[in-house]
Formats: sequence, C-alpha cells, structure tokens
Amino acid sequence: MSLQLMRGNEAIAEAAIRAGCRCYFCYPITPQGELVEYMARELPTRGGEFLQAESEVSAINMVYGAAAAGVRTMTSSSSPGISLKMEGISYMAGARLPGVIVNIMRGGPGLGNIAPAQADYFQATKGGGHGDYRLITLAPSTVPEAAELVMEAFELSDRYRVPAMILADGMLGQMMEPVELPEPVDPADIPARPWALTGAKGRDPNVVLSFDLDPQGLKKMNQELQAIYRQIQHNEIRWEESHTEDAELLLVAYGTMGRIARTVARLAREEGIRAGLIRPITLWPFPYDPIRQAAQSVSTVLTLELSAGQMWEDVQLAVGQRADTPFYGELGGVVPTPRQILKEVKRYVSS
Amino acid sequence: MSPAETTIPQGYGKVFSRPQSLSDAPTTYCPGCLHGVATRLIAEVIDELGIKDRTVGIAPVGCAVFLYRFYNLDFVQASHGRACAVATGLKRANSDLMVFSYQGDGDLAAIGTAETVHAANRGENFTVVFINNQIYGMTGGEMAPTTLPGQRTTTTPRGRDVASTGYPLRISEMLAQLDGPRYITRQSLHDAPHIAKSRKALLTAFSNQLEGKGFSMVELVAACPTNFKMSPDKANKWLVEQALPAYPLGDLKVKE
Ligand SMILES: Cc1ncc(C[n+]2csc(CCOP(=O)(O)OP(=O)(O)O)c2C)c(N)n1
Ligand code: SF4
Ligand SMILES: [Mg+2]
Repeated sequence: MSLQLMRGNEAIAEAAIRAGCRCYFCYPITPQGELVEYMARELPTRGGEFLQAESEVSAINMVYGAAAAGVRTMTSSSSPGISLKMEGISYMAGARLPGVIVNIMRGGPGLGNIAPAQADYFQATKGGGHGDYRLITLAPSTVPEAAELVMEAFELSDRYRVPAMILADGMLGQMMEPVELPEPVDPADIPARPWALTGAKGRDPNVVLSFDLDPQGLKKMNQELQAIYRQIQHNEIRWEESHTEDAELLLVAYGTMGRIARTVARLAREEGIRAGLIRPITLWPFPYDPIRQAAQSVSTVLTLELSAGQMWEDVQLAVGQRADTPFYGELGGVVPTPRQILKEVKRYVSS
Repeated sequence: MSPAETTIPQGYGKVFSRPQSLSDAPTTYCPGCLHGVATRLIAEVIDELGIKDRTVGIAPVGCAVFLYRFYNLDFVQASHGRACAVATGLKRANSDLMVFSYQGDGDLAAIGTAETVHAANRGENFTVVFINNQIYGMTGGEMAPTTLPGQRTTTTPRGRDVASTGYPLRISEMLAQLDGPRYITRQSLHDAPHIAKSRKALLTAFSNQLEGKGFSMVELVAACPTNFKMSPDKANKWLVEQALPAYPLGDLKVKE
C-alpha cells in the first residue's frame, strides 16, 4: 500500500467509501467543504448515492431513512449544521439505527466563525438532542487516524446499533498529511440487518420506531439502550497514553489539541519536566479509568482544549481529589502554540 | 377470525373483506374520522397492485402516528414533518422499495414544508398521501396552515384572523407549479363517489411510482369531527360547504 498526501476532509470521505458507505447526504458548510465535494465526485461512480439536501435537518432524516433501509450511511457538517441534526440523531438513537455523523467543528456559539474549535464536546458527549441517549464519539488527532476512525465508527455503529460521531475540527479537516488508506471493507463482512425495512416478504413486518406511549414500555426500551451503553463503556474505550509511568504532570487533550499536547510534552521533557499525556480517542465512552490511574502519581492534571473547558468536567470527574486539575483553553478559533502551552505547564511545575 | 379463515355458507359469495395489507388491529382514530377511510384505501391499492411485499410506509407525527399497527407492511415512524426526507433516504438506499408517506396538514404543510417542496422538486419517486383536515388533530385542535378564515380552533379562539395568521395554505397548488412532480391531485373523502375518486387517484399515484415516473401526491380533504366538535355527519357537511370552496378538487398537475 502506498502513502497518499490527503486533506483530512478528503481522507474521511475516502475512508467512508471504503467502509461501505452507500448513501451520503449533506448540506454545504465550511470548514468541511472538501468532504462534500469529494463525496459528490466519488460516491456516484463507486456505486453509492450522493445527495445535497435542502438543509441539515433533511440530510439527517435522509440518513434515518437510508439506515432504516439497511445500508451504511453518513452525513457530515460543522457546528451550526450539527445543531440542526440533533433531533434526527435523537430519533436514530431511539430507533436503534446505525449511521455516522461527522462534525468538523468550528468556533461558536451562533454562527461563530470557520476557525478550528472544540466547543461541541458537550453537544456530542452529553446528549445534544433530547432524551437519555449516547453517541459513540471518536476524536482523531491526525489525518491517518481520521481515516482509521471512520472505518471504526461504521463498525461500532453497526455492531451496537448506536449512531457514531467523528468529532474533529477545521484544522484537521484542512491539513494535509500522508495517509495509508485502509483496505475497502468486503460487503460480505458487513453485519446482516434482519431488522431493516426491505419489504415484509416471507416474514412478519419490520417496524422502525423511536416511541412507545406506554411509560412501562418506554422504560423497557430505555433500559435496553442503557444496557447497550454499558456494554460499549465496557468494551470500546480507546485512548493514547505516553510517558505516564514517571510523570509528575499529566496533560489530557484530544483531537487537534491532543496533537499539540504531544509536542508540549516533548518540549517539557527536554526542559527536565516529567510530563505525561493521555489523549482520549473515544470521548464517549470516556477513558475515566486510565486517567484516574495515571492521576495517582502526579500532582497536576492539566486539561487542554480549544474551548472554555468542556472535557475538563470529565477529567475532573475522573481525577477527583487525587491531583490538582487546572485547565488551559483557547476560545473562538484561536489555536495556541506549543510554546504558549509550555509556559502554562511551567507555572504548575514550579509551584 | 382473520378474513382467510372465514367460511362462506353455501349460496353466499364473498363481496367484502379486509385487504391483505391491513392488519386486524383496530385503528386508534376517533369514530367517524376520515383518516380511517384513507388508511383503508391505501391498503386496497397496495393489494390491487400486488406490491405488499416490497412496500415501506412512513408514519407521521399526528393522529396517524400508529399507522404501522394498521398495516401488514414494513414501516418507519418519522419525526414531525420529515417524512419526505426519510422517504428520500429509503428510496435512494433501495430503489426497489415502494415507499409512501402519510402526513397531516401540520406535518406536511407547516413543519415539513421544506422537506415536501424539495422532495417534490427533485421528483423523488415515491408517493405522498396528504390528509388535509384543516386542523392539528392529535394535539387537541390547534390552527393548521390549512385552517379556514374565521375557523375557530384552540389557538384561534376568536376564529382565524387572516391579517395576523395568514391564509389557508394551498400546498398542492404550490407544488403543481414545480417542474419536478409527476402527479398532484386533490380529492375528498366525504361521500362514496368521492371516496371512489380518491381510490383511483391513489392507484394512479402508486402506479406512477411502480413505473418509475416520480413524485406523486394525493391530497385528501377530510374533517376532524372530534376537534370540530361536530358529529361525523355534520363535519362532512361542513367539509363540503366550507372546506371544498377553499380547496377545489381535481388534478392540479399531471405530467405526461
Ligand atoms: C417537533 C415536534 N413539534 C411538535 C410536536 C407535537 N405535535 C404532535 S402531532 C402535531 C400536529 C399534527 O397535526 P397534523 O399534522 O395536521 O395531523 P392530524 O393529527 O391532524 O392528522 C403536533 C404539533 C411534535 N410531536 N414534534
Ligand atoms: S382527533 Fe380528529 S383527526 Fe384525529 S382521529 Fe380524532 S377525529 Fe380524526
Ligand atoms: Mg391535521
């Protein structure tokens, strides 16, 4: 396999096609335009359906329909558009429909701007839409990892019948890196969907629903969902960990900030500061235990985000009183340099 | 006893039975509601075309939310107003499916206007059944975009004031202006001759889909006796006298 130089947005699109995505629905928004354009160019020539919808609301409901019909399906957008998809995502969660949603985050709230940000963490991991549901949330920090996690998102979403989100940002979407693309999935390896709507031929009718007016019935449906979520929490937590064994200070950061934190940790080590790093790859399920473990032996756990501190709340939950849990973040699409963050790190080590 | 098990005494012939596509679940509609008539007509048409095994229905949010129970068909329930987007997804994923959505006037002509207009404009190859009862039935009788001027509803207690809330929305006429749709028609369910015409229109709409001819919508003017606070009979009379002048019947677009 050869390496290809690809933009994050394009690598995500190509990986989706290789994962067997047959229907893709979108509404244009920056900074994920290249993803839409790649799909428009490629998907129809490779046996799939591309459709530009009239809104993000429609796009996610087309995903709902295609998922109900039993195909692998995806939509992508950026923050304001993802807000519009929330109702549909909640319905997918309730109806147990698999599907992948890509959020190439930008600055918010409101129209915000088109610069990279990580301010949609709450929306992705804590609900966003209504009801007691969870979204499998995968956060790549490089272009090759983005391609890998798209394949993973389709697999996990199918396995558990829970929608999955790729949570990246404008930086990752736009940046170019060499990628070794994953091998295309053999359609025969995609799990069967006996529940799909294919016409009730020789079997009882299948019904895709997200409601039950009987409270006892809806309680049972919710309990089943929660059981699935516990399984996912048990089986699917992913994270990257480096230099935590001897660390005096632990950095926790994901996505673009996780990538910057890697450099920060190296620079800190060069200056004799024993910094370690945990980079959550699944934001839900969140790696509480690995962070808790690593926090046993450090005095400070510094969370870094391109937000006012959203994942920070989960890090605080994980660490409790075991260490100090300060936060450093940038807002509005401003991306800090590793040196800026290093300065911050030094504050905690010298004190 | 299901229709198949019924034994017919000698000398008698079977003249009426439940369509195969209908389940034997009782409907949840109010007595005398025309939703029941529309629900049955669709089943008859699906049986007649022999497409039961490949049909997927889309239930709306509204009084027809339980539609999936009334049919022996694969079904999906869509969020309020989004049925045409869901239908687009189903049909694009599997063009062999026969897909129909069933939507009220709040669902299709208020919250779902964008989905409806754009699916029609793309000429999506599915069938829309649109129940115009001039009211939000399920939520307790609020104003719909189709509510008539002066009509009292729970949110227009002094009657619909067009200066403030606009005019009856004739969405079929709007869609008929587009190049995309194949067939847009408005029929009524208030008496037997009109029910027969409605059935014929549904047959055309489903046949169009079967032949790959594109978007067809059958608007069926109905009444909501419960929220009109009328007997079914009175409600039908009201339909003829008040609703039909605002919603003239007939084909609005037939693309050859
Ligand atoms: C997003 C959303 N908004 C509002 C509602 C509440 N709601 C349920 S049914 C309905 C109106 C249905 O009226 P119509 O579509 O005319 O159908 P009918 O009951 O008259 O057949 C509304 C507003 C909802 N379920 N979801
Ligand atoms: S509330 Fe009105 S529309 Fe709904 S079932 Fe009853 S009569 Fe029919
Ligand atoms: Mg209505």
